[in-house]
Amino acid sequence: MSIKLLYFASLRESLGLADESLDLPEGVDTVGALRAHLSGRSETWGRLAPGHNVRAAVNQAMAGDDASIKAGDEVAFFPPVTGG
Amino acid sequence: MRMVKVQEEDFDVGVLARELSAGRTDIGAIATFVGLVRGASDGVEEMTLEHYPGMTEKSLLDIVDEAQTRWQLMSTIVIHRVGALQPGEQIVYVGVASGHRGEAFAACEFIMDYLKTRAPFWKKEKTPDGARWVDARDADDSAAERWNDVEARR
Repeated sequence: MSIKLLYFASLRESLGLADESLDLPEGVDTVGALRAHLSGRSETWGRLAPGHNVRAAVNQAMAGDDASIKAGDEVAFFPPVTGG
Repeated sequence: MRMVKVQEEDFDVGVLARELSAGRTDIGAIATFVGLVRGASDGVEEMTLEHYPGMTEKSLLDIVDEAQTRWQLMSTIVIHRVGALQPGEQIVYVGVASGHRGEAFAACEFIMDYLKTRAPFWKKEKTPDGARWVDARDADDSAAERWNDVEARR
């Protein structure tokens, strides 16, 4: 069972990736844990580390680090929004 | 009536104003805001808007719902364009119809303030020095936060 990950705007460009499927590793069940997991991939991915200025949404609703994640969820990461 | 749209096409403010009041005689005020792509002195040659299909529409509806719980609104229309836009082009439209002007003005401003900080849109500017993503502004956060004290304003 996996989750769908989406990346937007400057984050998508710096990662060179728009979306991916990820098998949820053991113990990764919150947005914060997922950030910690992904940020370990490389220096570039460090931008996702908890505390950095990247926002998250779970199933298309804004989500903080303590939001839970389960198999089948759609999780998105993106920079602060700049519409209008 | 409430309507939100994310689209590449331009919009006609005259048509939208008529849609806001169509078939009703209890509307006393329509307030609208139109945002334009600013170029010229900013050096911006083109603006490209990205969004999060699905979530963007949902977050705009949430903002409109929130406005409708705060003020007595008869109809609300929000349109935000995406894709490549030139300076001078229309980028965003908010139209609100209500019984009285106070509610219409306030709701229109509230929707814009929330849209700028809560709806997933991102702007990329093309300038003579190259392309750059627009940074979020603290001033936009402050503008949205002041509505937390809205009861004191009414």
